[in-house]
Amino acid sequence: MPINENEEFRPKIVAFCCNWCSYAGADLAGSCRLGYPADVKIIRVPCSCRVNPMFILRAFEKGADGVIMCGCHPGDCHYSTGNYYARRRMTLLFSMLDYIGVEHGRTRVEWVSAAEGVKFSQTMNEFVEKIRSLGKNVRLGDLRCRN
Amino acid sequence: MQRIGVFVCHCGSNIAATVDVKKVAEMALMEQGVVHAEDYQYMCSEAGQAKIAQAIAEKGLTGIVVCSCSPRMHEATFRTCAERAGINPYMVEIANIREHCSWIHKDIEEATKKAVILMRAAVAKVNLNAPLKPGESRVTKRALVIGGGIAGIQTALDIADAGYPVDIVEKTPSIGGRMSQLDKTFPTLDCSACILTPKMVEAAAHENINIYTYSEVEKVTGFVGDFTVDIRKKARSVDMDKCTGCGACQEKCPSKRTPSEFNRGLNNRTAIYTPFAQAIPNVPVIDRDACIKFKTGKCGLCSTVCAAGAIDYEQKDEIITEKYGAIVVATGFDVIKLDNYDEYAYSQSKDVITSLELERIMNAAGPTKGHLERLSDGKAPKNIVFVQCVGSRCSDNRGKSYCSKICCMYTAKHAMLIRDKYPDVNVTVFYIDVRTPGKNFDEFYRRAVEEYGVNYVKGQVGKVCPEPDGSLTVYGSDLIDNKQLKISADMVVLAAAIEPSESVRKIATMLTASIDTNNFLTEAHPKLRPVESPTAGVFLSGVCQGPKDIPETVSQAGAAAVKAIGLLAKDKLMTNPCTAKSDELLCNGCSQCANVCPYGAISYEEKQVNDHGIRETRRVAVVNNALCQGCGACTVTCPSGAMDLQGFSNRQITAEVDAICR
Amino acid sequence: MNKSDLIAEQIRQISGVNPYKCMKCGKCSATCPSFDAMDIKPHQFVSYVLNNDIEALVNSKSLWHCLSCFACVERCPRDVKPGKLIDAARQIAVREQGGDYLLPDDIPELLDEDIPQQLLVSAFRRYRR
Repeated sequence: MPINENEEFRPKIVAFCCNWCSYAGADLAGSCRLGYPADVKIIRVPCSCRVNPMFILRAFEKGADGVIMCGCHPGDCHYSTGNYYARRRMTLLFSMLDYIGVEHGRTRVEWVSAAEGVKFSQTMNEFVEKIRSLGKNVRLGDLRCRN
Repeated sequence: MQRIGVFVCHCGSNIAATVDVKKVAEMALMEQGVVHAEDYQYMCSEAGQAKIAQAIAEKGLTGIVVCSCSPRMHEATFRTCAERAGINPYMVEIANIREHCSWIHKDIEEATKKAVILMRAAVAKVNLNAPLKPGESRVTKRALVIGGGIAGIQTALDIADAGYPVDIVEKTPSIGGRMSQLDKTFPTLDCSACILTPKMVEAAAHENINIYTYSEVEKVTGFVGDFTVDIRKKARSVDMDKCTGCGACQEKCPSKRTPSEFNRGLNNRTAIYTPFAQAIPNVPVIDRDACIKFKTGKCGLCSTVCAAGAIDYEQKDEIITEKYGAIVVATGFDVIKLDNYDEYAYSQSKDVITSLELERIMNAAGPTKGHLERLSDGKAPKNIVFVQCVGSRCSDNRGKSYCSKICCMYTAKHAMLIRDKYPDVNVTVFYIDVRTPGKNFDEFYRRAVEEYGVNYVKGQVGKVCPEPDGSLTVYGSDLIDNKQLKISADMVVLAAAIEPSESVRKIATMLTASIDTNNFLTEAHPKLRPVESPTAGVFLSGVCQGPKDIPETVSQAGAAAVKAIGLLAKDKLMTNPCTAKSDELLCNGCSQCANVCPYGAISYEEKQVNDHGIRETRRVAVVNNALCQGCGACTVTCPSGAMDLQGFSNRQITAEVDAICR
Repeated sequence: MNKSDLIAEQIRQISGVNPYKCMKCGKCSATCPSFDAMDIKPHQFVSYVLNNDIEALVNSKSLWHCLSCFACVERCPRDVKPGKLIDAARQIAVREQGGDYLLPDDIPELLDEDIPQQLLVSAFRRYRR
């Protein structure tokens, strides 16, 4: 399908949020009515360390334009150490993705606590803005998924 | 093949106003496995739940998707509902179309589109859900209270009265906390010690309460119902069993130059000391940093005068390990440091004091024996200026963004007490707002103005200048008269903001309890679960959760106790069934998962496996369901993909990703 | 947007101050050394900007009595900084008086070897509309 020049680019963004901090932070952003673009869709995981790099690759493969992972602040992980593992894994994954052409801006890790609704909303606004400026992701996409 | 029912909630107009709920239900019917979809005003209501039960019975549903508010809100409600209707509670998934959709988007078309996608992701997940059965874990019938202030004491008393043993851990040498430093309490003006001391005595004498003073929590492991806690009992250098509390050692101690913590550094104490006369336990400690014996080896006077032979210079820190079912945090508060507020001249003049220091000055057991006098020259002040909101309600990084809540009332109290005792003293209070929401609070404040003639000025003090003659010039504004005021005062009292005590961060990390940007502990729900931490088995009492006065602290302490009792009263707890599970055919026994598991829940077994007809003995990972908390660290580490997390399996999350990117 | 709304917006932009953050404590007025000479007091400045009451503001004597000592900026607990608002209003007043007399076409004539480029840039920033 040719991209219509006049049509506004609406990115597909997947956000992985840990159940204890970031998901609750997103809930707080909701109850405080702190808006962010509808392009962001949140998937709840028990902990940021549950986010398998495969999920992120899968998202890009299926046509996502950006993936953001949110967890508890370092030291505040509900499972003590989960976010440290997540941080290492994502650092490696993101630099690899960058190497194959998925720009650094399309992936992000952010620590958002349950009390930081404002930060959640700000982060999402910034991230969507970034993805919009980067445009559609063309790398990694499964050609069979294109319609 | 699943038979899924999708239920879309209007939540009154909370969802329905921005999401086309009918459309979401309609679109749901086109999803794989969905055989039923409907929308209703309030899905969580009795009638809404009845609809779900009815659909399960009529259509033989095996899985449920509820498009409603956050799962943190009503997941449990709908799971119970499904269980009652005869299907496994873990076959229910929630699509959060309120907090994550209708409340943050304004455009109906856009919000509806997103709601549909969120619904699809939930349906895709339920398609792969499998029934799960929670296990059971035992409850240790003992509670730990961290902090021995009024909050901790009250919580401990309430738990102990219900028949459960409680340990209080207090880091200072005596229980009592901030309240023991106060002189009088608002709005009734009863003496703080008179109402606190009986409680302290009661706690100390209670058969179910065990008090560890001069002790700190060192390490916490385990989980709800089964915490294991290491408590460091710091060396007191005095034998608690032998000491009779006669006080001879304190009288004779030659090291008398350490600022008294209890009197906020306004006077000095000895190296061997009890913080205050009514201390519980009435057993002194030796401050080893100040003690001459410990510094030079030459002294030992206290040991000589102690008739009971209680002094023990050789005493060492002791680690006590104990198991608890519930932990209550009651770490309290401290007054902020005023280093960033040079304009009030706090560090330049002895006569600029904080309200807590005034509290000690007014107290009969305080540094001035209760006489109101200037600390610089001992003269009686004639003009006193109170400054409100010092460091509270600041958004400029110098202070705290929140209102400290108690200052308006204690300032009215101080002003009133001073005018009552010394009618010739002029008292001026600079206020921004007077906040008195509490029973008899506003009446109390008005009495200070109307009966006691306290001069309330709407405005703020900009600067305090110490003058060569010892007086203080206070520059302030009067916004009602639109005037600038210049007052010559003898004493300035700053209502400094309060902040959570310093130790709370370390304790929160140990308990994995979440904490906000101001270091207040976060409650599980700001309205409906105000005394529980999101971490199961951890409860909050007092100012560690947010600024509070004494009546509020006591009621919250009671509430925390009730929650803890509710937990301790159970013999067994249902454990989270979303635990890791290893596929023994895929596992290659590499031990990676065991290395990352924070709970030591993974062990290895030599096991007979049947791999497509080949029988052999292999070393495979086995997860202990009672210990596994379901974080999923192992699932990502596993190189062969053998480890998976039930309820959040690789296939389920991938299905969600696919549905969102479709 | 009428003119006084526009100027109020300009004042907010130039000063970088969000007057909505003001909690009306009056700390700015407490130590202002020019307080007595001012007709609109520092704390009132904020509400004038909030209410878009610009006419009075720009014509007030306070504008020229403010010493820019920034005691209010330093001590404001809410980061509202009345001093900066006054500064911005003063700039507006200066512009109003001077008018837009520098046009791009006039520049080539004014240029000579000695004029630093920064001067041109700042002149543009100051006098463009």
